[in-house]
Amino acid sequence: MLILHCPYCGVSAEETEFAPGGEAHIKRFGPGASDEEFRDYLFARENPKGVHFERWRHAYGCGKWFHAARCTVTLEVFGTYPAQTTEPPQAIRDAISAKRPGWSWREFE
Amino acid sequence: MSEPISALNGARFDGIARIAEAGLTGMITLRGDLASKPVKAAVAAVTGAKPPGQGQISFGKTGAAGWMSPDELMLFCPYAAAPALLAKAEAALGRAHALAVDVSDARAVFRVDGAAAREVMGKLFPIDFAPGAFEPGRLRRSRMGQIAAAVWMEQDGGFGVICFRSVAGYAFALLKEAATPGSAVGVY
Ligand SMILES: [Zn+2]
Repeated sequence: MLILHCPYCGVSAEETEFAPGGEAHIKRFGPGASDEEFRDYLFARENPKGVHFERWRHAYGCGKWFHAARCTVTLEVFGTYPAQTTEPPQAIRDAISAKRPGWSWREFE
Repeated sequence: MSEPISALNGARFDGIARIAEAGLTGMITLRGDLASKPVKAAVAAVTGAKPPGQGQISFGKTGAAGWMSPDELMLFCPYAAAPALLAKAEAALGRAHALAVDVSDARAVFRVDGAAAREVMGKLFPIDFAPGAFEPGRLRRSRMGQIAAAVWMEQDGGFGVICFRSVAGYAFALLKEAATPGSAVGVY
């Protein structure tokens, strides 16, 4: 059971109030993207054992999308943050570094 | 002209808590910048209340204003007055980038009262209803059983619940089941 904190409602709620939205921070290249870049944008996903970044929606609450940083092994949630960002904020990265020194995920570390 | 009628026409049930469908209730959904003057004026025009803070419901002379999301409020008012109050809200909003719509007939409203009311709610929502954790003025959107619902605590300690009208029968069945005589657990 995951407990996630909705950054818009300010409440911590259990997983069944939320809908998962897959991987976070997926970048679409273009205009003029190569076939490989477009393929990766559509299909290439991380499948890490450890630190992961995901999109979640507070489906039964405010209805807003947000991001979550969590560990796929322990289900520990390092933090959640609003969706209006293209990369994890420094506070989230610091929180992960405190628990998982030397972590990296795609181009972030 | 047909008579307006609420989803369950005021259905009631007495168990370890009193369950009542609240009947016709005026509801106006208001979206916009909640910190802006026109939105605040619209809230006051409909409910006489101040805009609620995050996760709160505020009460005024003619109604209540519930916080639904960072850009959305649900304004409660008397059913018959809703069209006139909506016109007032629209006048208050003026040319502001905001939206107010009368959604009175879109939802069902329930009241849950009595000593075991906290417990009945606790059986149905994944929310902590312990005294201190959930007090009058608190509002939370969540799920009740398998449906989306919002729950708040009135100033008298009773609970209000809203859900879509189409699932009112399911909501009432859930509340009845949770309030079955003899089903008290005694956690709160
Ligand atoms: Zn939320």
